Amino acid sequence: MAKKSVWSDNRFWQRSAAWITGFASILLIWLTFDTIPQITMGNDADLQNKVTKRVPGPTVINYKITYEMDAKRMHEIPVIGEKEKFFGRDDWSEQEAGDLLALGKLGSQAKNCMDCHTLLGNGAYYAPDLTKAWLDPAWGPEGSMQAMTGKSTKEEAIAEFLQHPSSYPTHARMMPNLGITEKEAKGLVAFLKHMSSIDTNGFPRNFAKIKGAVHGK
Amino acid sequence: MANNYLTTESKKLATWYFTFAAIILGAQLLFGLVAAIQYVMPGFLFEIIDFSIARIIHINALVVWMVFAMIGSVYWLLPDETGIETVGIGLGKLLFWIFAAAIVVVVLVYLLVQVGPADQTTIWFITEGREYIEAPRWADIGIVVVVLGFIYNLYATGMKGNRSGIITVLMADMLAFAGIYLAGMGYTDNISIDQYWWWWVIHLWVEATWEVFVGSIAAYGLITMIGAHRKVVEMWLWIEVAMLFGSGILGIGHHYFWIGTPEYWWEIGALFSALEPLPLVAMFIHVLYDWGKMQGEQEAQGKEVSVISNKPAFTWFVLNAFGNFLGAGIWGFFHTLPQVNLYTHGTQFTSAHGHLAFFGAYATILIGMFYLGVQGSNGIKVMKTTKKSIWATSMIVGGVVGMTVALTVAGYVQVLVSRAQMGATWAGYFDGQAGLWFAQGMDWRLVMGVVTFLGFIVLIADLLSIGKADHHER
Repeated sequence: MAKKSVWSDNRFWQRSAAWITGFASILLIWLTFDTIPQITMGNDADLQNKVTKRVPGPTVINYKITYEMDAKRMHEIPVIGEKEKFFGRDDWSEQEAGDLLALGKLGSQAKNCMDCHTLLGNGAYYAPDLTKAWLDPAWGPEGSMQAMTGKSTKEEAIAEFLQHPSSYPTHARMMPNLGITEKEAKGLVAFLKHMSSIDTNGFPRNFAKIKGAVHGK
Repeated sequence: MANNYLTTESKKLATWYFTFAAIILGAQLLFGLVAAIQYVMPGFLFEIIDFSIARIIHINALVVWMVFAMIGSVYWLLPDETGIETVGIGLGKLLFWIFAAAIVVVVLVYLLVQVGPADQTTIWFITEGREYIEAPRWADIGIVVVVLGFIYNLYATGMKGNRSGIITVLMADMLAFAGIYLAGMGYTDNISIDQYWWWWVIHLWVEATWEVFVGSIAAYGLITMIGAHRKVVEMWLWIEVAMLFGSGILGIGHHYFWIGTPEYWWEIGALFSALEPLPLVAMFIHVLYDWGKMQGEQEAQGKEVSVISNKPAFTWFVLNAFGNFLGAGIWGFFHTLPQVNLYTHGTQFTSAHGHLAFFGAYATILIGMFYLGVQGSNGIKVMKTTKKSIWATSMIVGGVVGMTVALTVAGYVQVLVSRAQMGATWAGYFDGQAGLWFAQGMDWRLVMGVVTFLGFIVLIADLLSIGKADHHER
């Protein structure tokens, strides 16, 4: 009888498949134990002590957020600056801010935001990405949205738009009315502001940095 | 499908699953058309069936019809592989009706209620609002119960009858498939952690467990349709399992580039997802090699007839080998490296890849299983193609490839204009959408979508009539 080669032995390949699958699974689980603590939300003390968290605590809504090039990491990162008023206050407590964020996160799911927009780049491609929407110049003092909605702050303009989106058409493709209440709108704005403070490793690249590249604008 | 030739209850139940799957496939295509029309005419059904609703049904129907067809495929092959009638077939039938009824309720709620207030009742009863797995939590729990029942049947039958290599792979794979779903059922305020677990479901389904399922079905098809040797086929299957899980499990890293997760995922995701096309090449070679080998053996004996016992089904299996490699492998590799993905993430590139990959990797082989179902139900020994099956195949393949090319061109414009030039703002987004190539891409996608849908109608007509054609060998 000819000597049987291990390479044509089904048992050998079955065992190899089991070992490889097991090894890959264990590696994924081990990496998960490393990643989850790194993306767990920080708290108010972190913000006060300037401890950088990949996902800051909800009270980040009390601060000004910018998106700046980091020379060492070679891409943009969110930078949390001085205090900034959010719906007229910059002293949202941990509890209040947490509740507001929870309402906004729930709202983002209850209204199926992700099935038109992308959040952190994931979702549908029918409407703009919301990852850094809070930082979009369209909502800033030089953008058109504050004047259009008749509001004098970014958060009020966004909240007004979310409640009556089809009253403020910005494009032939409009956002439909989703029955968002005033309270829910506030929560959603907090959710957007918080999301813009997440360290997304430089995604999206060059956000709001380039002007004049197209159509001479 | 007539059931009079089927001798096992398991195969009869399989045809129920196939029939329901085909209906849901129709719903998927119909709502895909609605969404495609809205890209071209934004006012279409505005505030009646908005894009978000059309898309939810489009992608949920996609997942559901495939899961139904997958369960049906397992019930179909169980008696052949194990040599016995499936254990717990009564339970299987009951679960079929529960599952089907639940799906109808979920879809009606999507359509008629659409959204809810920002509280947990919406998550429990209307929508969870997380792409692909929007199904509300009551349905999540129902799905787990139904799938556990299915897995019980698979395990009980596999342990009682002859447990072949294919059955062994399926037993392990289906358990992982069901277990992973649990990772997507929770709620958290933290969007980064939310998406971390969400990808466990989506990625570990479509880039790991579903691919292994396809490997098993392809192995079964090669044995039953061209008489490939079991030992060789099963050895390939184990190698494929090793390669698919070896690359696919850690390939999940390519979804962790930009969701808040640490930078080391760049390297892990890039390395392992770059390896993901390799098993798909292996599967492609495997199918074509076995086909050539069996045909060659036949011809060496001086016989000039084809070795294929089901032409339309085998056509779809070969399309699967090719489509899986092209759609999942090539179109996936296009944008999987972080340097590229930084600009392509969340653009029509992803959509182009999604269309060709889901079609090439899964729709093809499951349509092939439908044809195996028709063959068995009609007691046909060698099933030949009809004019309709050739038209259906050509139109569907042409339509999906056309959509993919159109979306790729649109994605190219979006990457250049919205991302590279305009820095991804709201204004940049709409400047990209206004690009001429983008707009034309969307027009062509709609045209090709219509071609696909017409092809689907011909496919259904063929599935309903091909069994009665008189040019088959019975």
